[in-house]
Amino acid sequence: MLEVEGLKLYYKTLKGHVKAVDDVSFDVNDGELLGLAGESGCGKSTLGNGLILLKPPMNYFGGMVQLDHTQLPIDDFERMNDFRFSKLSIIPQYAMDALNPTRKIGVYIREVLQSRGIDPESIMDKLLERLKFVNLPERVLKMYPIELSGGMKQRMVMVMSTLLNPSLLIADEVTSALDVSSQKAVCLMIKGFKDAGIVKSLIFITHDISVLYQIADRIMIMYAGKVAEIGKTQQIASNPVHPYTKMLMFSLPEVGIRYAHGILSGIPGQPPQLLNPPTGCLFKERCPLRGKECDEEPPVVNVEEGHIAYCWKVTQNA
Amino acid sequence: MKKYLGTKILVYILTFVFAVTLDWLIPRFMPGNPILVLVSRFSGLPESARVMYSYLTKAFGLDQPLWSQYVNFWIALFKGDLGISIYLYPRPVLEVLKMAIPYSLGLMIPSILLSWIVGNNLGAIAARRKRLDSIMLPIMYFITGAPYLWLGMLLAYFLGVVWDIFPIAGAYSFSLRPHLSWLFVGDFLKHWILPFLSLFIVQIGGWAIGMRNMVIYELENNYVRYLETLGVKRKLIRKYAFRNAILPQVTGLALQLGTVIAGQVTTEVVFSYPGIGYILTQGILNQDYFLIQGCFLFIIIGVLIANFTVDLVYMALDPRIRFSYGGEV
Amino acid sequence: MSEIMFFAFRNAKLRMGLIIVLFFLLLGIFGPMISKYQDPLDYVGQGYQPPSKEHWLGTTTFGQDVFTQLVYGIRSSFFVGLVGGGIATIIGLVIGFLAGYEGGWLDELLMMLTNILLVIPTLALLIIVAAYLPYRGVFIQSIIIGLTAWPWTARAVRSQTLSLRTREFVNLARISGRSHMKIILYEVLPNMMSYVFMVFILQFGGAILAAVGLDFIGLGPSRGISIGLMLQNAVLWNAIQLGMWWWAIPPGLVITLVVGALYFMNVGLDEVFNPRLREM
Repeated sequence: MLEVEGLKLYYKTLKGHVKAVDDVSFDVNDGELLGLAGESGCGKSTLGNGLILLKPPMNYFGGMVQLDHTQLPIDDFERMNDFRFSKLSIIPQYAMDALNPTRKIGVYIREVLQSRGIDPESIMDKLLERLKFVNLPERVLKMYPIELSGGMKQRMVMVMSTLLNPSLLIADEVTSALDVSSQKAVCLMIKGFKDAGIVKSLIFITHDISVLYQIADRIMIMYAGKVAEIGKTQQIASNPVHPYTKMLMFSLPEVGIRYAHGILSGIPGQPPQLLNPPTGCLFKERCPLRGKECDEEPPVVNVEEGHIAYCWKVTQNA
Repeated sequence: MKKYLGTKILVYILTFVFAVTLDWLIPRFMPGNPILVLVSRFSGLPESARVMYSYLTKAFGLDQPLWSQYVNFWIALFKGDLGISIYLYPRPVLEVLKMAIPYSLGLMIPSILLSWIVGNNLGAIAARRKRLDSIMLPIMYFITGAPYLWLGMLLAYFLGVVWDIFPIAGAYSFSLRPHLSWLFVGDFLKHWILPFLSLFIVQIGGWAIGMRNMVIYELENNYVRYLETLGVKRKLIRKYAFRNAILPQVTGLALQLGTVIAGQVTTEVVFSYPGIGYILTQGILNQDYFLIQGCFLFIIIGVLIANFTVDLVYMALDPRIRFSYGGEV
Repeated sequence: MSEIMFFAFRNAKLRMGLIIVLFFLLLGIFGPMISKYQDPLDYVGQGYQPPSKEHWLGTTTFGQDVFTQLVYGIRSSFFVGLVGGGIATIIGLVIGFLAGYEGGWLDELLMMLTNILLVIPTLALLIIVAAYLPYRGVFIQSIIIGLTAWPWTARAVRSQTLSLRTREFVNLARISGRSHMKIILYEVLPNMMSYVFMVFILQFGGAILAAVGLDFIGLGPSRGISIGLMLQNAVLWNAIQLGMWWWAIPPGLVITLVVGALYFMNVGLDEVFNPRLREM
């Protein structure tokens, strides 16, 4: 299980810090798939990538991350290498060009494993079994990435990332580069990694909240680098309380539209600048319920069991 | 793969046709009667001027229609008839060039290959050591900015005159005739080293800069990022980045060729080294137009062969080319 | 814009390159005025003189003043760079834009031509053209250089245009029915200004080097003086063997410094325009 407490990840620029992830706390239990949704630029990808690969211009500004009750040294690039791949992995957004283009895939896997001090032979059976799991033929190992389709490359990366049965798997916008028909298959395949016990916990990052209804156990909504609302899928779907969540859901696009500004056509205004953001609630400029108190930092409200929102206008059991 | 090679070969054939046509066209379309211009420049002896006039009229075939002049030009070319040198009268141009070509290649091929190897390694080292990089980069830029001929003069002045270590003119001593013996080979190498060095050093700069930039670019690539999320050792990342960065450098070999040839020509002049470049310059200074035309053709043919070789090597190295142009897998 | 200026001044590479180039530019412009002798080809003193108060960079075998020749040579080098580099940049831009923007058969045709010219070494092309010209001045030479040096620019500009063409603002302009020329001029070009400027700098340096090479092998201006001619004369009259370093070395040193500084400026500019390369 993953526990994140008060995590702050800022980008250093000349003009100041861009607070891409600002004081974010959440957890993912064993056997749980957490869906992470929000507009592009809300910090969800920074959060996902920062957990596994934190390097400049992204900087660590505080907070704690624990995986299976062991603290992750996420700001220590070298020490994190002990955890990467074996304890936590990512299926990156760029999965389609994540493989070395000039190496045959089998050779590539062998070299990566050897570099981690793992005997490739000891893992051969598992590799073949996993290829079957994602419907890839064995012969891909003798091919170059260019010989594979985009979807096949992505599935190859899935196999790679889960090869050592990591405790946590982060799937970052895996559906965004796919056509509608393969989106669902890939989502179920990723959920399958958890259901088959290959990985214990999963974070599924997407801009498309509708995808999450089908696969997520819980959903976390982020806005402007902060958590807006976290709850069980059922709670979020049937009883969204944060004004932003409500608007995000009512502005649901037709399935398959990829661009963030397309999704948010229903919400007037733009997200705030994350460089020196305004004080108080960051959604206030676009919020129809805005009141005086919104200039202050919004409080955490326990809406119901396991359902929280960061908003002044939400009351208990609303 | 076939399509890739096919397109390339087509370009090369067209290039050759284009170059030959240009070679034929230019003396005919320059202002004024080319023969008169040529003969008037060849003003040394009235006797030879008359010989030249009749020879040139025949050679250019100006009394025939243009298309048959053009066809004849091609026919002569395939017969290996590049005309007769004026400056080295009465030796045929082809024979003159055949004598010169081993000297040119003997300088050029080692300088290109060695500078490529050394430069790429320097660049790769610079890409991962920031301090070294900040010192090396400016030096490399000024080295590539140096005209080959000037670096040759610099080396000739210091190593040839001030310290008097190496001879600075010719391919071997006047007292020797080319033959296979230790004495001659030693003498040949002593003459070879300075022109070689001036070509070698200037080229290193370009390769080092190119490689440094390519490695840095590769290190920002997504596949490197993914490798980092897998926690692999730096060594593997470096190995991959180096291997992938070297590929554009292979293509660079073909692109660089033009400037290297220019450098070669001038370097041969500085050291009076009897290669194609030296012959070409002699042809220019003596208005020996057949010799100039012949040199031009030889250079083009050499460039085409080199380009084609680079294409083949590149295809063997990069799977992306092999498959992306091959259509279905 | 102000941000770009800020980085431009902060960038050490750009600063260093600019200072060197400006220094020699000023020397080329004002040098002939401060030099003691008017005509660079005049025989103004004894031959074989090393640098002295009378002759700052010594004299040639024939007693010409090397400094005077050098400053006039610098002037003509900058001229060739400006005109030759300018022409090459413009031709490369036009062909690259047309090929990349229009696509189709025009693209195929232009790229075939470009690829053919890319294979032929520029110097070989220059030689064959220049050799037959009865009269050659610096201006003609610059034009010939410009006419032969554009292919790589055309290819680079084409790929840049291809990537810009698919951007939204260009699409928008196209849908709204603006003419192709207007779109290229108002939408595509401004977005490539920084790139175009960098291309020009490289062409500038390339033209200077090409001219030095041409002059050196005897295809230089039929009258006047240039750096390449100085070097040619120095080699022809055995300046090296005779130890006349002041004649043989400084002209090439100037070229090396100017061209190296131009390349260096280019790297600096790349860092200024391309935030990813900025050193934080």
